[in-house]
Amino acid sequence: MATLEFEGKSYDVDEEGYLSDWQNWNEGLAGHMAKLDGLDLTQAHWDVIRFLRDYFQKYQIAPMIKILVKEIGKSLGPEKGNTKYLYELYPAGPAKQACRYAGLPKPTGCV
Amino acid sequence: MSKTPKPDELSKVDYTPPKTGWMDTPAEFKQGMWCYGSKPKNLETLEFPNPRQWSPADEDWKLPENWQEILLNGLKERLDKYRSFKVFMDICVRCGACADKCHFFIGSGDPKNMPVLRAELLRSVYRGNFTTAGKILGKLAGARKLTYSVLKEWWYYFFQCTECRRCSVFCPYGIDTAEITMMARELLNLLGLNTDWISGPAANCYMKGNHLGLEPHTIVGNLEYMLDDIETITGIKIKPSFNRKGAEILFVTPSGDLFADPGTYTAMGYLMLFHELGLDYTWSTYASEGGNFGFFTSNELAKRLNSKIYAEAKRLGVKWILGGECGHMWRVLNQYMDMWNGPADFLLVPKSPVTGTVFENAKSTKMVHIAEFTADLIKHGKLKLDPKRNDHLKVTFHDSCNTARGMGIFEEPRYIIKNVCNHFYEMDEHTIREKTFCCGSGSGLNAGENMELRMRGGLPRANAVKDVVEKYGVNMLANICAIDRAALPAILDYWVPGTGCTGVHELVANALVMKGEKERTTNLRGEPLNGMEGQE
Repeated sequence: MATLEFEGKSYDVDEEGYLSDWQNWNEGLAGHMAKLDGLDLTQAHWDVIRFLRDYFQKYQIAPMIKILVKEIGKSLGPEKGNTKYLYELYPAGPAKQACRYAGLPKPTGCV
Repeated sequence: MSKTPKPDELSKVDYTPPKTGWMDTPAEFKQGMWCYGSKPKNLETLEFPNPRQWSPADEDWKLPENWQEILLNGLKERLDKYRSFKVFMDICVRCGACADKCHFFIGSGDPKNMPVLRAELLRSVYRGNFTTAGKILGKLAGARKLTYSVLKEWWYYFFQCTECRRCSVFCPYGIDTAEITMMARELLNLLGLNTDWISGPAANCYMKGNHLGLEPHTIVGNLEYMLDDIETITGIKIKPSFNRKGAEILFVTPSGDLFADPGTYTAMGYLMLFHELGLDYTWSTYASEGGNFGFFTSNELAKRLNSKIYAEAKRLGVKWILGGECGHMWRVLNQYMDMWNGPADFLLVPKSPVTGTVFENAKSTKMVHIAEFTADLIKHGKLKLDPKRNDHLKVTFHDSCNTARGMGIFEEPRYIIKNVCNHFYEMDEHTIREKTFCCGSGSGLNAGENMELRMRGGLPRANAVKDVVEKYGVNMLANICAIDRAALPAILDYWVPGTGCTGVHELVANALVMKGEKERTTNLRGEPLNGMEGQE
């Protein structure tokens, strides 16, 4: 199994770098994953990551994009409640990139 | 994973076969052409053999010592059990009629993607171990031993078949190569050799009722967001029921439509249509998956996962079952469900409460395809439709392999589309109906890491789309399958950028004039209607 080393600890990840156990996550790790991608996490990035973590705790799956967009719009203002804004923050796609930083697994099936 | 080559590079397909004979050319695992191996936790959930951490790229696949014995015993058991399989192993005359009919061969040029040769990978081992000629004459009789290299070749190429059955249409003997792939995958699963894109959803489905692993409150939550959108667009507040005992109809659809775009718009279409009809129906958070990734694993698992549909229909006391837009789901429902988990004698022969039509074709399964249901509504003039709302669309229809070749649904979706859209154009006749080209991602191959394989497999379909884009300005590809809706957007973006992908019931709902609705200014995707409505 692949691992990600961070601050002297070793984290199990899948082939694409998604954390194997979402409960092993910490904020430093998210920042570290982003740094490896050449990205500095800003407050705007954190808003998305925190929403994803909260949602996952309740539903055991990442939110569908429709929900993410709507909820970000509700809490941060309508100008941010759109996929364009999310893709600017996470160019590889909010579902993939933001979920990875948030320590969530990737959804599978007919998606 | 490697980056997928650009379309101009990928479209230069090399059809030159290797210099060495096929038995002497081991499979070369090319990045982008295969999926990650199954994770141990998913195999454990399914109680499947040999759960362990492994990668198809590893030399050592961590197999039990007697893996050959396990496979050969498994092969023998299946030859005894399935008469069709035995026949398919014996009767091929290698005429080659199927050779150039496979989307993966057309898109890759790899001879082992010719259906005849794909089957031969297994047949050769069958001959070598179960026929006298093969045992004595060996290679001369097209026989070979089961080696580690052969096993790897099986894995690589039987997960490069989408079980679409286009080749079978052209086979003079009617050999069903999909069944051969299914048997090969069953055998591989005896050693824990699945892909995680299949075993993950199958495990989710076994534990939570659906491939995505949506919990009951997640299903309800997701649908509520869709209902909010419907209210914004139409002014109509819809309140569907969940797990309601005594409902007339149980509605079952693939979970992809409850999660990912553009399938969510199809789900919104169902909600709006059923509301408008005042249909006495219920969703189930238990039988919350129409699709069946078990079917890409083994018949035993497919049966297990399918059993919840009748169980839930019985528990709720419904009269019959209505099923949503999905492909392989219907192969299972139409051809296996009754045999595996029937007879559903506690249900009635489905009868449309709106038109009175009795669906005689579904009298054994008691489950009706929504395209048949809706086409019947339109035929009887039960829906008020304004097709002008879809006037910005020039639509073509992609027949999903399983609904087309597995149950002959050709006319119904076309009839619906022609009634809800003014601009409909067919693709080339050799690429539709029973000869439809696969999306290239079916049978659980719609993962992210095998993108090159998917783009190669999607090439023939995309070519036919490109043709109608150039001839008629087509800009929307309609279909009735959740894997299509998940897979085709990527294929279209790659090969025919600018062409959209939609479920048929999204088109229906956009055209549906609902009682008490406000003037619509956007479609279900929230895109402005451009003042099309009400104009001549």
